[in-house]
Amino acid sequence: MSNNPLPNKERAKLPRQRMPEQDAQVRAGNFLEVNTGFTSDQAHQESIRCIECNKPGCVTKCPVSVDVRAVMDFIVKGDYLGAAAKVREDNALPAITGRVCPVEDQCESGCVLGKKGEPIGIAYLERFVADWERSSGQFGLPKSKPATGKKVAIVGSGPAGLACAGDLIQMGHQVHVFEALHELGGVLVYGIPEFRLPKDIVAFEIETLRKRGVVFETNVVVGKTVTIDELRQEEGFDSVFIGTGAGLPRFLNVPGEHFNGIYSANEFLTRVNLMRAYRFPEFDEPLYPCRDRDVVVIGGGNTAMDAVRSALRLGAKSASILYRRTETEMPARVEEVHHAHDEGVHFEMLVNPVEFLGDEKGNLTAVRCSRQQLGEPDDSGRRSPVPIPGSEFVHACQVAVIAAGTTANPLIQSTTPGLKTTKRGYIEANEQLATSKPGVFAGGDIVTGGATVILAMGAGRTAAKAINEYLMGPTVETVQITTEAATA
Amino acid sequence: MFPIVEARPLARGIKLFVIKAPRIARKQKPGQFVIVRLDDVGERIPLTIADSDAEAGTVTIVVQAIGKTTMLLSMLEAGDAILDVVGPLGKPSEIENFGTAVIVSGSVGTAMAYPTARELKRAGNKVISIVGARSKDLLCLEQEVREVSDETYIVTDDGSYGDKGLVTDKLKELVAAGGVNYVLAVGPIPMMRAVANVTAPQQIKTMVSLNSIMVDGTGMCGGCRVLVDNKSEFACVDGPEFDASRVNFDILMQRNAMYREQEKQSIERLQANPETEVARVRESIHVHQCAAEAAGVKE
Repeated sequence: MSNNPLPNKERAKLPRQRMPEQDAQVRAGNFLEVNTGFTSDQAHQESIRCIECNKPGCVTKCPVSVDVRAVMDFIVKGDYLGAAAKVREDNALPAITGRVCPVEDQCESGCVLGKKGEPIGIAYLERFVADWERSSGQFGLPKSKPATGKKVAIVGSGPAGLACAGDLIQMGHQVHVFEALHELGGVLVYGIPEFRLPKDIVAFEIETLRKRGVVFETNVVVGKTVTIDELRQEEGFDSVFIGTGAGLPRFLNVPGEHFNGIYSANEFLTRVNLMRAYRFPEFDEPLYPCRDRDVVVIGGGNTAMDAVRSALRLGAKSASILYRRTETEMPARVEEVHHAHDEGVHFEMLVNPVEFLGDEKGNLTAVRCSRQQLGEPDDSGRRSPVPIPGSEFVHACQVAVIAAGTTANPLIQSTTPGLKTTKRGYIEANEQLATSKPGVFAGGDIVTGGATVILAMGAGRTAAKAINEYLMGPTVETVQITTEAATA
Repeated sequence: MFPIVEARPLARGIKLFVIKAPRIARKQKPGQFVIVRLDDVGERIPLTIADSDAEAGTVTIVVQAIGKTTMLLSMLEAGDAILDVVGPLGKPSEIENFGTAVIVSGSVGTAMAYPTARELKRAGNKVISIVGARSKDLLCLEQEVREVSDETYIVTDDGSYGDKGLVTDKLKELVAAGGVNYVLAVGPIPMMRAVANVTAPQQIKTMVSLNSIMVDGTGMCGGCRVLVDNKSEFACVDGPEFDASRVNFDILMQRNAMYREQEKQSIERLQANPETEVARVRESIHVHQCAAEAAGVKE
């Protein structure tokens, strides 16, 4: 069955392949992708490390249950297109997840090799086969089922919406994706920087969906331009999936937060990524200058890493992460933290901003912080920071980016009667992702709060399955689902 | 793609555009705005909707050429198109019968105040309009304003038309005479602040429409945050209209100056080669039109 030529004992002795990357000094000055990708030789060397467990932990640890073991076997025998097709059975966007998944908490954490040594570089291989497929030009469009005549509206073209669209078009439904911004891709284009996820890759995946029949419409803010009820009653959509993503930026609510030079991470990254402000004045959108200045980024997640590394690339004299816990508690992907260290990002742990300081023109000059120590674990299980009395100090900076998470954007909830929300304003949905409104489903960050690309994709797929059942099921069943949803 | 079906100058540096945008036209209410992006390298800027026609599927915007994008937009004509127009954004103006409503507007602000004035009139208010401009050639929509107002006063800084002076001189008279129940001010920040100062002692309900710098316009970025009652609010989703007595105008002015250097640089770039820039915009639109036709994309 297996194509692997090596006995199991030999496989475990092989070292994990290193991801080739741009030199840290060089890349800190450009926006090109950091990781340059495996060679086919490396892909082979890495894939033959797989010992083909009977109960593969990599599969159970994957939010969308990609059959990693089977994918490895395709790679071992050199059938990269076969490998890509295998991934696509469960994951519509492999070139993207292969770059942005927090694998150390997912598939790779389930790899048995990781118990004694290093796990298989699953994401690196996933990326390799997806890139191979893309550059081969031999991408076969999966055949869709016969047309059902049902129309589904998808709100938001981020990872949840795209994954949902991919599955629904496959099932034979008409799919129409609405996007509020002018460019498709949601967080994949406005949030994640070019050096981590090139926009060409996102555009390619979207183009593929378009070829398969998905209709995309930009510049539509659902809740403003058109409401969910109007989509259903006036535009004839049989079902709606809401995947609008994370919402409003959270600020720190400390004095001085209005000084010029202080950004939410959402704004900073949107200006840099979506609006290409790093190419000003060729592109019109301006950015408060970072060149030769001290930039601080407050937070410890992937968004914070993206912002601080962007600041470096914009020519910052110093780029620092200020985080109120320690590196162990930082939610960012391990690889991003490593990359940031290598590129020269400065990490100030156990500090919390208490006030921003500015000059008479209202421009930021510094942030006053207090030092913290870790106390008892909080609700999230992480130890809460407690300020150390008398520890305050001033950190000079002219640009500050606040990456302290987001809260729910109420645009859709407030314009959709009968759509139940949680205490925190997120949309309430059951396990199938049905909302309190019959025929309306929701998934991704707008249901869970800020999470990851792969979890949003998983939600999109779960919803697609439920939408298909809702659309195709016998009338009685439809009624059952709606009643259940209404009481959820 | 959003075709421009009509474009005509209203005053010096002020131009009216009627744009085909059926979805927005269907939903627009007075006080709301759109965000436009002219072409592939364009910035996103908010522009207030002056009017809309749901049947024709068009919205009207009035633009004063003061920044790079508004200058470039002002060089476009009927037959051209705008790459991206999204809206209607923001909360609509509050429309109810207040009694006597005074609408104070400065220059291009008149285009933004006009639809609200019209609705206030329809709601049964006595509408008094005070329209200000630096000089006569900067005045726009006078006739339209007169048609929806019970009384209209024109004020120019240099006295080239109407009364010489400031809009607040007239407002002070009206307030002193009594009976003013509601004031809406739309225009430059110093003017809106001055209006707020006139009406505050009498505690007359006064709304101002804030023109903060925005990117997405849906609450996602927080760039347009303003201090209202010392708390952060977002002009794009919580506004653009706010109770004038609660707004910190200093912070608004300071934040609106954030990109002054870059704005200057962009304008210089445009002015060095205006024809090339317009040609580039048209080329960019053309490429999108061809791509959309090829893909059969619904616009």
